[in-house]
Formats: sequence, C-alpha cells, structure tokens
Amino acid sequence: MAEPTGRSSTGHSGTGHSGGGHSGGSGHSGGYQGRSEGGARPPRPAGGPGGPGGRKFFRRKKVCKFCVEKIDGVNYKDVRLLQQFVAESGKITPRRLTGVCTRHQRRVSAAIKQARNIALLPFSNR
Amino acid sequence: MERIYEVMFIVRPDMPEEELDKLLVALESQVTGAGGVVKAKEKMGKRRLAYSLGRFQDGFYVLLTIEGGGPLVHEIERRLRVTEPVLKFITVRMDEEHKRLDKMKKLRDAKKRTVVASPVTAEAVPAPVAAEAAPSEPAPATT
Repeated sequence: MAEPTGRSSTGHSGTGHSGGGHSGGSGHSGGYQGRSEGGARPPRPAGGPGGPGGRKFFRRKKVCKFCVEKIDGVNYKDVRLLQQFVAESGKITPRRLTGVCTRHQRRVSAAIKQARNIALLPFSNR
Repeated sequence: MERIYEVMFIVRPDMPEEELDKLLVALESQVTGAGGVVKAKEKMGKRRLAYSLGRFQDGFYVLLTIEGGGPLVHEIERRLRVTEPVLKFITVRMDEEHKRLDKMKKLRDAKKRTVVASPVTAEAVPAPVAAEAAPSEPAPATT
C-alpha cells in the first residue's frame, strides 16, 4: 500500500469518471480494492496509445501480451518477461490488471512460482 | 523416448571455479553411468539472488539439461542435496513442453502458409514443413 505510483494517481481521475458505476458492488474487498482499481483503469502499457478520456464508461480493451506477440512458451528462466507480471511487492499481478488471457496467465503463474523456487524472483519484497 | 529434464542449481558464490568443474564432471559421469545423456550444461554465472539463502546474497547458477528417466533424476537430486556447496536446485521436466511448442509452431506455420498460398497448394505444403522442422529441431538441442 505504500507505493502509490503513477498508475494509481492516474487511476484516481478515472475513478471520478466512471468508478462509481463499476465498483459499487465490490466494496467488500477492502483497502486493496482502491489500489487495484486504480491500476485497472489505464491499461498496462501506460503512456501508450491511451483511450480518449471523453466518454464516460469507456474502457480500452486489454489484450493478452502473449497472444499478441505470439509467445508460446513461458519459461521460468526468463526473468525479464516474468518480472512484468509480478507487482513490486513480488505478488503475481492478477489477470484483470494485466489483460493476460486465462491460458497464458496459468502458465505465467506456474513459471513465476518455479522462478521463485530457484531464487530468480522474490517471494515477497517487504 | 526418454524424458528431458532441466536441472538448475545454485552453488555458493565463493566456490572456486575448478571445484565447480569437478562437481559438474562428477554429475555428468553419474548421468551417463545411469544411462542418461547430458544434452547441455551451461554456467549461467553469478547472479544476485532474489532473496538471501542463509548468508548468501549471490549465487552461481548452473543449468544442466539431461535426458533420462525418473530414477536418474532422483539420484541426481540426492547427489545435489548431499553436496554441501549447492544451495538450491530445481528440476523441471521439459519434453512435454517442447512437444507442445513444436505443435504450436507447426500449427502456426501451417496457418501462415494457408494465408499466403492458395488452399490447394497449402494442402501439399505442411508435409515438407514438418520434414524441414524435424532435422532443425535436434540440432540446437545437442549443441
């Protein structure tokens, strides 16, 4: 919670627009919800061709990096790649934030766990 | 067809190079003695560990690709466990993954052909594709 990065700050403006409609029912998730929602608003390639802000319930469609770039194998040795899918805290980033499809998320998370085991990725960064 | 495993392990960073080589030779002879094949061994070099292991912040990573059965892996792991300078190891089975990747690649190539060429010629093409893919596959694996 102690890392309100650029992501979440941009997210706040997004929440002002449309967050009310979407997060209404999901208040039970607690404090984490606020942050994750901030991440959900702007798509992962931050600063890229972002969506035009005008429309109210507009959300840019997120695409699976692996499907787009046609990366079939997700290997535990590829730390650079896997690092994109762990949060700064070392947690695996949920699909709803990264836009990775189910199939690839499964492989990514398996690979991350293997990498953790051999000390290529951290279990947690305090 | 025997299975292919990747054994990655970390040895302590202050281990002298020649001792590491000795360890590798010993492991290799173990593998070949048990009827396996060492397909590749790679010293990936010193790397910062993501978390400290005991009192070590760095580790020397080694990757061993072997072909063999389950008992062989069992023996190698036992060996690594009793080898004191080895801090951590992981064994990952790769053959199924390779198979899956090959299949995906073939599928993708076939799809590409059908887009480029007309459907009639595409019928004939996949066979040569498979033929040229097969010899090219083992070549990188053996090196």
